[in-house]
Amino acid sequence: MKYTKDHEWLRVEGELVVVGITEHAATQLGDVVFVELPEVETMVAEGDEVVVIESVKAASDILAPVDGEIVAVNEALVDNPALVNEDPTGAAWFFKMKIDDLSVLDDFMDEDEYEDLIG
Amino acid sequence: MSDGLLKLELHDLHLALGARMVPFAGYDMPVQYPAGVLKEHLHTRAAAGLFDVSHMGQVILRPRKSPTDLALGFEELVPVDALDLPVGRQRYGFFTDAKGGILDDLMFANRGDHLFVVVNAAGKAEDIAHMKANLAAVAEVIPVTDRALLALQGPLAETVLARLVPKAAQMRFMDMAFLDWNGVQLWVSRSGYTGEDGYEISVPNGEARALAETLLQAPEVWPVGLGARDSLRLEAGLCLYGHDIDRTTTPIAANLAWAIPKARRMGGERAGGFPGAARILNELAAGPERLRVGLRPDGRAPMREGTELYAGSELIGQVTSGGFGPSVAAPIAMAYVTAANARIGLQLEAELRGKRLPVTVCPLPFHPTSYKR
Repeated sequence: MKYTKDHEWLRVEGELVVVGITEHAATQLGDVVFVELPEVETMVAEGDEVVVIESVKAASDILAPVDGEIVAVNEALVDNPALVNEDPTGAAWFFKMKIDDLSVLDDFMDEDEYEDLIG
Repeated sequence: MSDGLLKLELHDLHLALGARMVPFAGYDMPVQYPAGVLKEHLHTRAAAGLFDVSHMGQVILRPRKSPTDLALGFEELVPVDALDLPVGRQRYGFFTDAKGGILDDLMFANRGDHLFVVVNAAGKAEDIAHMKANLAAVAEVIPVTDRALLALQGPLAETVLARLVPKAAQMRFMDMAFLDWNGVQLWVSRSGYTGEDGYEISVPNGEARALAETLLQAPEVWPVGLGARDSLRLEAGLCLYGHDIDRTTTPIAANLAWAIPKARRMGGERAGGFPGAARILNELAAGPERLRVGLRPDGRAPMREGTELYAGSELIGQVTSGGFGPSVAAPIAMAYVTAANARIGLQLEAELRGKRLPVTVCPLPFHPTSYKR
């Protein structure tokens, strides 16, 4: 797994990149009550807001970590947003992307570096 | 303190309980404990939650002349009936200003030889100054700074509190009593800000931790933070000063006319005689231009404060409080809309992230209240 400074995790699955938020991020957010997912087949640029997550108190978002195409979204989160708090790094993946060159992931943090970041 | 925040008397207890602290009204306050906002909210409605609300302002108004003069003086600031408030009873009210807006909302109680007033934390300095400036002839305005304030709320609050102070079980909604707990004088009202039955308990600072810990020892009681306090009051349709009510909202537009008794309305024994009375009483008669209503978004997306509301292409209102209601398992909001659009069942649209989404005007509260009347 790789990590972004915005507390997203990235996992390669075949040719695709699966994206979610870390346990740290889920804990900081608090109880998630709403998730709005992007449309499949959407082209996104790095930094685009692609997912809206709302806790009881506040709205947050997930940004596209790299340029690419959204090819799958996790519909389970629509009916069960609490899954984000229950299993943020497993069942609560948000979307899968097709990107041109998987080697861009090398630039992201590994687990140790992320652990350092969250201190 | 390095960050300039005031510390509650129970600060260390909150940390020991694992609270996540946030700044609120100048205080460092628990927003949630490890259980989280959702579970704390649901637990309060199922059993009992204990809230530290010591940030609020407790004020004693001691008569300089007679209690009647004090009551009448208080009525010059607040459109309520203070004169006929029986000893041991509490009412809801608000300070108004010359334009008919609301300066702060409050509870006031008749405790025999004085009035006891509780105001919001953010405005307490101004409220105290307001009372001192206007009540000087009839009252000594005495801020109470040596007592903490706890709220025990939920269907099991009576069961829990009655174990400590049996007489609490005999209190009705909006009663106020002095109750002895092991030699400690508690000031207890049967009231709260959650829509549930419950109590607000003033306790000397030196005994606050002991009382809080004793209440928390009860298996029914969880500590509950500001996050759930907000979702609970929103579900109960209660206003939050600075959001749903402020100087730009008259009590009539705010749908708080129920708090203005007949005696203070046109034709009443002591009609008017408070700041903004002409505007407020005219609005009461003719209807306000806008009104606070409840809204249910048709979808799942919460609609927060500031969200604009449309009827067709016309901008007709704005959300003043919004979020997710755990007990109704849906997003809920309160908003001001133009009077013509303040109709139960009317579908309006909210602009959310560039899209117009349907919302329906609905009655308040969103979740039924359980006051022990």
